[in-house]
Amino acid sequence: MTRFALDTVQLNRRQVVAGGGGAAIALALFGLGPEPALASPTTAKKMLAELTGGATLNKGRVHVSLPKLTDKGPFTRITVAVDSPMKADDYVKAVHIVSERNTVPEVASFYFTPMNGKAEVTTRIRLRKTQIIVAVAEMSDGAAYIGKGRTKVSKGGGGCG
Amino acid sequence: MPKTARAGEIIFIKTKLKHPMETGWRENLNGEKVPRNRINKFVCSFNGLEVFRADLHSGVSADPYLMFPVLVTESGLFRFIWFEDGGGQYETRTEITLI
Repeated sequence: MTRFALDTVQLNRRQVVAGGGGAAIALALFGLGPEPALASPTTAKKMLAELTGGATLNKGRVHVSLPKLTDKGPFTRITVAVDSPMKADDYVKAVHIVSERNTVPEVASFYFTPMNGKAEVTTRIRLRKTQIIVAVAEMSDGAAYIGKGRTKVSKGGGGCG
Repeated sequence: MPKTARAGEIIFIKTKLKHPMETGWRENLNGEKVPRNRINKFVCSFNGLEVFRADLHSGVSADPYLMFPVLVTESGLFRFIWFEDGGGQYETRTEITLI
């Protein structure tokens, strides 16, 4: 698949070189035109504000566990655990996972109830490259807590997330 | 997940659905975009009450895997539903009995 895509790009580049457009060469080489805009820490923050409704993010209580190094970016196991008694009057309402360097910042949101007994969730996420993953927990009283984890994706191990 | 549990015990439910989770950005051999096809929502309910819900986006791996805890206080029926882009849905049920 990759080889065919590269061929297409080279063909485009030749045509463009013949036409003599410098900026167009860059576009054709890196495929910037049709690709969606990539996520950055700024867009991740914006997404978090949107998800939590602009609540103040306090540090602590959220534990994100990610591997330090992975060679399989598209299948990275992540566990998010939140310290909470999970009783009817004090429980974790939601946990949002946001990526800082994927194609789009949003990854997943999980909604808990007191019937969970524990606020913990494990899943597998796609990592495009080495980055920080942010998890935010919304409590039933409206407070929000933030936790972070970082994974290094070894060369060539990134996924298209 | 286990078939039996003691009252007040926290069990872990592991779910995995075989699904490609296409992001809509990948190209196929002919250079065409593969249309987006993801599981966007997962709901687990116990005896008709919603226990756990997840909104999934493109950042979740293919074959979405989820593990979450549930506090069991009575025997009953777990119902798991996955919602696909375009309105499709997959469903499975499992029973649990108290010992």
